[in-house]
Formats: sequence, structure tokens, C-alpha cells
Amino acid sequence: MTSTLEKKEIEQITAIAPDPSWESEVREAAMRSIVTKPGKNWWIAVSLLSLVVVAGLGAWIYQLKHGMNSAGYNDQAFWAVYIADVVAFIGVSYGGAVVSAILRLSGQSWRAPLTRLSEGMALVTVLIGGAFIFPHLGRPERFLNIVAYPNFSSPLVWDFIAIATYTLATAIFFYLPLIPDMAVAKNLVDKGGKRARLFSILSLNWMGTKKQRALLHRVLTVISLIIIPLAVSVHSVLSWAFALTSRPGWMESVFPPYFVVAALYSGTALVIVTIYAFRKGYKLERFITDRHFVRLGYMMAALGLVYAYLTVADMLTEGYTGITTGWIQETLTGKYAIPFWFYVIAGEIVPIALVVMKKTRNAKGMTVAGVLVVISLWIKRIVIILPAATQPLISGQWGSYHFTWVSITVTLAGVAAIPLLLMILFRFIPLMSIDEMEEVGPLGSIEQISKETLKAAREESIPEPSKEESK
Amino acid sequence: MDERAGESGMKLLFNKNQHDIDGDSENANEVSRRKFLKIVGVGAGSVAAVGAGIELIPYKAWADSNPNGWGGNSGVSGMSAATMGSSQEVGNHQWAMVIDLRNCDGCKSCTAACQKAHYLTEDQTWIRVFEMGDSQGNTYYMPRPCMQCENPPCLDVCPVHATFRTDQGVVLVNQGRCIGCRMCMAACPYQARYFNWKAGAKYPDTGVAPTPEFPVPQRLGTAGKCTFCVGNLNHGLMSECASACPMGTIYNGDMITDVAINSLGNTVKLSKFLYENDAVAYKDEYNTHPRVWYIPGHGQNLDTNATTG
Ligand code: SF4
Ligand code: SF4
Repeated sequence: MTSTLEKKEIEQITAIAPDPSWESEVREAAMRSIVTKPGKNWWIAVSLLSLVVVAGLGAWIYQLKHGMNSAGYNDQAFWAVYIADVVAFIGVSYGGAVVSAILRLSGQSWRAPLTRLSEGMALVTVLIGGAFIFPHLGRPERFLNIVAYPNFSSPLVWDFIAIATYTLATAIFFYLPLIPDMAVAKNLVDKGGKRARLFSILSLNWMGTKKQRALLHRVLTVISLIIIPLAVSVHSVLSWAFALTSRPGWMESVFPPYFVVAALYSGTALVIVTIYAFRKGYKLERFITDRHFVRLGYMMAALGLVYAYLTVADMLTEGYTGITTGWIQETLTGKYAIPFWFYVIAGEIVPIALVVMKKTRNAKGMTVAGVLVVISLWIKRIVIILPAATQPLISGQWGSYHFTWVSITVTLAGVAAIPLLLMILFRFIPLMSIDEMEEVGPLGSIEQISKETLKAAREESIPEPSKEESK
Repeated sequence: MDERAGESGMKLLFNKNQHDIDGDSENANEVSRRKFLKIVGVGAGSVAAVGAGIELIPYKAWADSNPNGWGGNSGVSGMSAATMGSSQEVGNHQWAMVIDLRNCDGCKSCTAACQKAHYLTEDQTWIRVFEMGDSQGNTYYMPRPCMQCENPPCLDVCPVHATFRTDQGVVLVNQGRCIGCRMCMAACPYQARYFNWKAGAKYPDTGVAPTPEFPVPQRLGTAGKCTFCVGNLNHGLMSECASACPMGTIYNGDMITDVAINSLGNTVKLSKFLYENDAVAYKDEYNTHPRVWYIPGHGQNLDTNATTG
């Protein structure tokens, strides 16, 4: 496709292909975050992020004491920022899990250096998203009433069941590929230390026998298969908390796929941002190449188009007949016009342009697109929630939601918690799946390219693909 | 037109003996009450189409297609079969309300009285008077309490059964169980739900613990709404809004005894009153089956009626 990229890629392949020490190299790189002592920057980042999280907890305590009015809520803006946070965080988690599951199921060997990071991201964000249910509730201390007195006709009970199941599945999905790595890792840290002991427990006596391998492979395939419908169900059910009310703007049959695609779109975007950050922080350029970003970028752009399509489908269907168009007017030209058009530009046009333009089709360009998508999709959630919530159902004024320092601080705490938890998590966990990397070998993991090019790369030490070939 | 049953005791209603909310003993008057039920629904055959717009379901149409009226075999409104189910006992009363918009001048006395009695904040308009516009560009006023839906969406979506429906057909909130998820606020088509957003409201010491029937003081972080003043009704008193209305707009009614009464002391036969005055249920296309009926109008009776009660 792009000749420059192909060239670069061939160079990388030839640099690695004859290298016999692939195994040790992978191990060194994957264990980098565990073995090396964290530098000054790591500590600074962790302290700053922790500060934000602590501030968020403080704001939440303030909110508990003074009531949810301090977070800007009122009777006509009864759902707002926190439910948007729940949807957005669990959404990006979905992206992480499904990207990894789909790539695994379809046997994409280039996924190997990415799976661990995206699964880690999925785990961390689902925990944060689930935690946002607490500031959302007026009486969080009674949360377990959902278990004690469940009303199974309530979509919120379905939500609870779906999120709990999905969280568990994400944890398992993160842990399973970790087992062989733990067996490797326990020998790479100082013997008898705390971490060696932890790793050896987590490795479950993994010896790497054929039987064990076959079993793990089978279980992983099953859980990859399970996690996709599970995640679809989570986002469908989340959307039903809105769509099963009689509110114009929410009571839409398009909502479940709408939410699912939003989750995938923003999730792929956050995978890009995450791997960029870790690639930079731990110097993994050798394993995570520009080509990885471009592939993920293509996925993201495709999802973005589907999401744009669903947005149009939703608004056109509602708006055309003119029966319940208040929320559409408010969204397109009224109070929510600025955030909505921000989404259109920063969440659709710019990121897709960044993917389409050759110049920006690289790691940096894709990461900028990813950041834009993640932010815009959070804003899009607000635009989905507020107009329908604040519309007058009988007559009178539109309600309005005002962001306050409380809701902003709590939300920022959730945002800061993602890198914080990831940084801490990967102090204990290898950055890449050592086992998968070794399995697919240097060629597979870097790039699956056309057979001729691959052949050329193997046969000649310095391949010079002609321009025709690279097209 | 109306079957006015005299001006007797405007605050003494229905059944003075019945003080027990959960009273289950078969009432001595019950038999004679049932006689009223028989009369219901046997009325004029022709149904004039009510040009009330999409959101209003006329009572008349329903009554004509249910010639047995709300007597039925369950003893309550035939509209209610969906929610009452076989498992739920039918109480000795089925409370209802009629709001005669021909009398409403939008003074909001009802809102004020309700807020005072329940120590609500200014935002908490459990009964709210909406200013409505019609197609002619005129405005009229419409008080909106909780509709006490027979098929309440707020109840269906409540995850912890904090919202429940009594055997008298009143939908209440157990603020001791509510987790404050506000799903009910999303689901209610009438915007009838209110939340306790702010700490620090001061309540006088009533000496009694709050109950779902009389949730005073309100609890922070929980949902609240109009209770129909069901405690008042069961003690033979009118609801605060109805008794405060100087125009007699709001009638408290009981579907079992088939009586309704307003603050002017007008006592009417509920089913007949509804039928003959083209009463409508608001937004019943959502399948909510409100227990509050409106008699459409825009205050036209104000000139002819007695001005104060
Ligand atoms: S009017 Fe609203 S709050 Fe009242 S019962 Fe119906 S749905 Fe529930
Ligand atoms: S806010 Fe309370 S009453 Fe309303 S749905 Fe939630 S738990 Fe039920």
C-alpha cells in the first residue's frame, strides 16, 4: 500500500529475521517494566495521577455529604455526567477486550505484541467504569439492595448482572494468557523474592507441555468466543437503561447497536493511545511498529463510519416525522450544538482524515486521532443523555445541567485512574505476551505481509523491492 | 348533569370508620357500595369523538367498550387487569382523582399546600401546575400530581422494589430502601418524580418516623413523589391539594364506592361524572392507565361558578 511503510517494514524484518536471539530479546523487552527499577518520571507521573484520584475521592465525599445537587444535578437533569462516565469507561473496556478477542480468533499473528496491553486496558477500565456507578447513586451505601431485593423487570438489574459477568470474564481473559508468562517471569526476577513467589503461584505449575498448551489454547478460544457476545450484551443492556423509557431521544430501537459500536470505536481508539504510551515509555518500537498503529487505525476509521451512520439513522428517523423533534433541534442548533458539532468534527471528520491522509498515517497520527475519538465520544455520550433527560415532557422550560467542580473532579479522577492503574499493573505483569510472541516468531508478530515480500526478506539479506512490487 | 349528592361535610369523605390502612375486614357498607358499581357504564350509546389530541384517551370510549364498567370480577377498574394481577389483593378502596380543568385558574394553591404539608423544597412540586397551550394559541392550566398509574413504568424499572403499589392502587416509594438510581425519573412519562438532591433542609420534629405514605422528613439521596395523601384519604380526609383548591378543581375519588368529592363540597358519582363530562386519561397510550382523570377545559366555568369555596 504505502511504499515508505513497506520499506521500513522490510528493513525491520531483515533486522530481526536472522536474529537467533529473538527469544531473549522478547523476554528482556516484555520484562522491562518489572525488572528495571522505575525511573524518576515514573514516580512523578504516579504521584501526580494519584493526587488527581485522591482529589476525586475527596470530591465524592463532599458530594455524599451535601447531596447530588453539588454535582450539578436537578430534577430535570437527573442523569448526567456520571452515567456518561459509566457508559464511556465500560465502553472503552469493551474495545480493548474485543480487539484482542477478534484478532485472536481470526488468527492475526500481528496481534501478539498488543494483546497484553489491550487486555490490561480492558480490565482496568471496566473496573473504573463499574466504580462510577457509586457516585451516580444517591445512596451508594445501599448498593447491595440490588442483590437483596432484585426486581428482575428493571433494566438496572440486568445492567448489574451483565457488568458483573463481563468484569469477571475480562479478568479471566486477562489472566489466562498470563499463565505461561508467569512461569517464564518467575525465573527472570531474583529468586526467592516476593515477586518470584507471586509469579510462581500465578503460573499454576505451567511447564509448557503439549497437553497444557493444547488446553490453554482451547480455553482461550472459548473465552474469546464468549467475551464478544458478552460485551455486546453489556452495551445493549446499558443502552436499554435509556431505551426502555418512554423518553423521546432515548426510546430508540437503534440504541443497542448504537452503544455497542460507540464502545468499539472509542475502545479501539484507547487501545491505540495505550500502546503508544507504553511503546514510548518502555521503548518497544522494535515490537510495536507503525504498521500496528495503521492497522488499528483502519479498524477505528471503519468503526467511526459505522457510528456516524448510526447517528444519522437515529436522528433522521426521529426527526423526519417531526413528532418528537425537540431534542434533535436542541442537539443540532440549540444548547447542545457546540458539543455535538465538536463530536462531528473532532470525533469523526478529523480522525478519519488522519487515517486517510498518507502523511499522518503513522503512530503519531493515529494516536492523535485516538485521543480525539476518546474525548469526542465521551462528549457524544453527554449529548445523547442530556437533551432527552432535560426535555420537558408536558410543557414548560428545558432543564439544564451545570458542570460543577465536584462532578469534574470526580470524572477527572476516573480519567487519571486509567494510566495510574495501568502503570502500577505493568510493574508486576510483562508488557507483552511472551508466550504468544515466541509462538508467532519475529516475522509473524511484526507484520503479516505478502508472501513474495516475505520470501524476499528471507532469501536476500538486503532486499530491494521495486516500486511495482510495493504497490 | 352531574349527580350532585349535596353539600355535606366537605372534609368527611367516604367512610369514617375506616382508619386502618391495611384494614382487611369486609366492610358493612360494602354491599350497598357494590350497587353503585352496577350502574356504572350503562349509559348513552353514542360516542362522540373527543378531539383531545393524541395524548388523551377518552374515558367514554373505554367505558363503552367495557359495558360492565370497572366493577368487573376484580372489583377494580377493568383497565387495571395488567398490574393488579391475581396475586395482589384488592383493597377496600381504590383511590382516584378527577381534575376538572374547566375550573382551574392556575393559582397554584394546591402546590403550596402540598409543599407545606410535606415540607418540600420549592423545586419539589409533587403537584405541579403546567401552563399549556392549545392549537388556538390560548393557554390553560393543568395541575399534574402523580397519576398513580395502574401500570406504573416507575415501578417496573425500580431495581430494588423501592417503588411499590398498594392494594388501594396507590404507588408509593420506600425511601428506606431506595438506592437513588433515578431510573424512575427516567421512566415516568409525566415528570412526576422528584429527588432529594440537597442536604440540609430543616424539618420540624414530627415525632413520627417517615413512612411511604407520609415520607416526612424526606431522605437525602432518595426519590419522592406525590403520595395521593393516602393517609388522609384513609382517615376520611381530603388530599392537601384537593382541599386547598379554592375552585373545587380537584376531586378525590374512590372507584369502589364510586364517589368523588371536591373542596366545594360537590359530591358526584365518579363513573357518571367522568362519562358525562368526557373525561380523559393523559398519555394513556403509554399503557400507564392513570388513576387521575382530566375533564378537558380551559377555565370556562370560572365566570359562572362560585368564586371561592
Ligand atoms: S405518574 Fe409517574 S411516578 Fe406516578 S405512578 Fe405513574 S409513572 Fe409512577
Ligand atoms: S431512585 Fe429509588 S425509587 Fe427510583 S428507581 Fe431508583 S431505587 Fe427505585
